[in-house]
Amino acid sequence: MARILFFGKLADAAGGRSRDWPLNEATKTIDDLVSALCAKEDALASALNEKSVRFIINEMIAPRDAAISDEDEIAFLPPVSGG
Amino acid sequence: MINIASAPFDPGAELSAFEKKASGAGAVVSFIGKVRATAGEDTVKALYLEHYPGVTERSIGEIESEARQRWAIDDAHIIHRVGELQPGEPIVMVCVASAHRREAFEAADFLMDYLKTKAMFWKKEVREGGEAWIEPRKEDYKDAARWRGSARDDEEE
Repeated sequence: MARILFFGKLADAAGGRSRDWPLNEATKTIDDLVSALCAKEDALASALNEKSVRFIINEMIAPRDAAISDEDEIAFLPPVSGG
Repeated sequence: MINIASAPFDPGAELSAFEKKASGAGAVVSFIGKVRATAGEDTVKALYLEHYPGVTERSIGEIESEARQRWAIDDAHIIHRVGELQPGEPIVMVCVASAHRREAFEAADFLMDYLKTKAMFWKKEVREGGEAWIEPRKEDYKDAARWRGSARDDEEE
């Protein structure tokens, strides 16, 4: 089971800050995961497909085509804003 | 030192402690960022800040390391609030100590520009008229771009 984290406005769109998600043959990359998550939820689909969204796998920044596996923590980040 | 604080902090006490610690330095610069009470025409009731524990601390550590590479600074202290804040409360404090003032001024300015645009925080304003997630303004990105020229920025942009 992969652990998925949503931050900022993406947590609002997802209706929660985290969820556990079983990965299968069809979800080998972050891009596949986005498609799987988006297939069920329209609000999340438009939020996750914004160009400004960045991805983190096990605390390291990763590109959208990065491989994922079932033990990973995968985070979706909207644009950051501190200070 | 990097401190992600979930409770209010006292900038005066923090500066005093920093100043003592950096007693050999000739210059100490500090900046305090506070929650504004208004957003355009609207009234701000609260500000909510979240972070990614572990990853956020590391992102600030990288920003501090870059400041230390660029300027001869003796010490730096960064405090950043998370959780719910009220108007008037401090959100962020940056203290920098160096032998002479120029390094401390510039490093503090750089740290704030990068904290605004690169550190991993997300903030939501709760206003009279509703809630809104805040993203950096064009001016914030422009401010951060003033420091371009380092290896890290060349890679990113």
